[in-house]
Amino acid sequence: MKGTAASMSVMKRVSLIFRAKANKALDKMEDPRETLDYSYQQQVEMLTRVRRGVADVATSRKRVELQMNQLQKESDRRDNQARSALSQGREDLARAALQQKAGLQGQLNDLQGQYASLQEQEEKLTLASQRLDAKVQAFRTKKETIKATYTAAEAQTRINEAFSGISEEMGDVGLAIQRAEDKTAQMQARAGAIDELLASGALEDHVGGTPDSIQVELDKLGADHSIESELARMKGELGAGSTPQIEANGSGSSAESDATAAEPQDG
Amino acid sequence: MIVRILGEGQYQVGDDDTTKLTEMDRELDAAVQKGDELAFHATVRFVRESGTPVPADSFETAEFILPFSDATLGEVRKLLTDGKIPGDSLGFPSAGPA
Repeated sequence: MKGTAASMSVMKRVSLIFRAKANKALDKMEDPRETLDYSYQQQVEMLTRVRRGVADVATSRKRVELQMNQLQKESDRRDNQARSALSQGREDLARAALQQKAGLQGQLNDLQGQYASLQEQEEKLTLASQRLDAKVQAFRTKKETIKATYTAAEAQTRINEAFSGISEEMGDVGLAIQRAEDKTAQMQARAGAIDELLASGALEDHVGGTPDSIQVELDKLGADHSIESELARMKGELGAGSTPQIEANGSGSSAESDATAAEPQDG
Repeated sequence: MIVRILGEGQYQVGDDDTTKLTEMDRELDAAVQKGDELAFHATVRFVRESGTPVPADSFETAEFILPFSDATLGEVRKLLTDGKIPGDSLGFPSAGPA
């Protein structure tokens, strides 16, 4: 409990950090009126930066969305594979497909979390840019009044107020942009990794055209099955109804002789 | 009293709530040192719920500033130790040599 006096609390300290920054800037000004226009310019630039920040986060969010769709498609495909394998009595293949699906769902859940966080960031940054916009507009009006009406000495107090207020907002927005940039960079690295996974075959590439091992087996099963059924069909054709048909194309007499030949057997 | 939540703007907090908030702020310091994320998020919620947003075009300065609502403890500590606010060079012409 020794820290109570020395550490003056968290929120107070953060506000002092912000104030120190504003004061440092104010101390260095000679005729503060001269800096009004320059400061306004900086504010407008900051506004551009926040808007760009919003756009960057949106781009990042859209990319994640795209990847989520891809992963979902891939997961659905695994699901279908499992069903198809099971219907052909291949539980081992079905299990392998479901394992793949589980891995994909894991990735998907992770991305859903990222998506939500980016969405929140985008909303907050949009609001922050609106707040800064309002403040910058107000500052513009204020600076014109100050320049027109007051002497340097009189202007000082009013400028101090305006500068401290805008400085806090600028510091806040500056931190917010920095966080958004960090987050976007992280997301891009992750998104890049998933793109690579999807492209390199670690997720058993079907995008690139190389079929995965489960699909190869299923295709083989499918092919085997269709060969079997074709064989069965051919056997059936050869065994029974097909002979008279072939003969019928040749001449009618042999069909008659077949029929007559069959009669003594039956009787 | 005016309180800012970073990334969310300023809130006007009434007198009764100010007393409570000052108390919370003292606890917050201990919580941050202990590594208690919850105490910090609870304070953010309290300000959001008990305060009224300050209009964006006013030029008030906050007495208390709370970190971003989704900030990690590491970020809070970094802010307190570094005390670095980006945009120093952007806000004011004479803010820094750079």
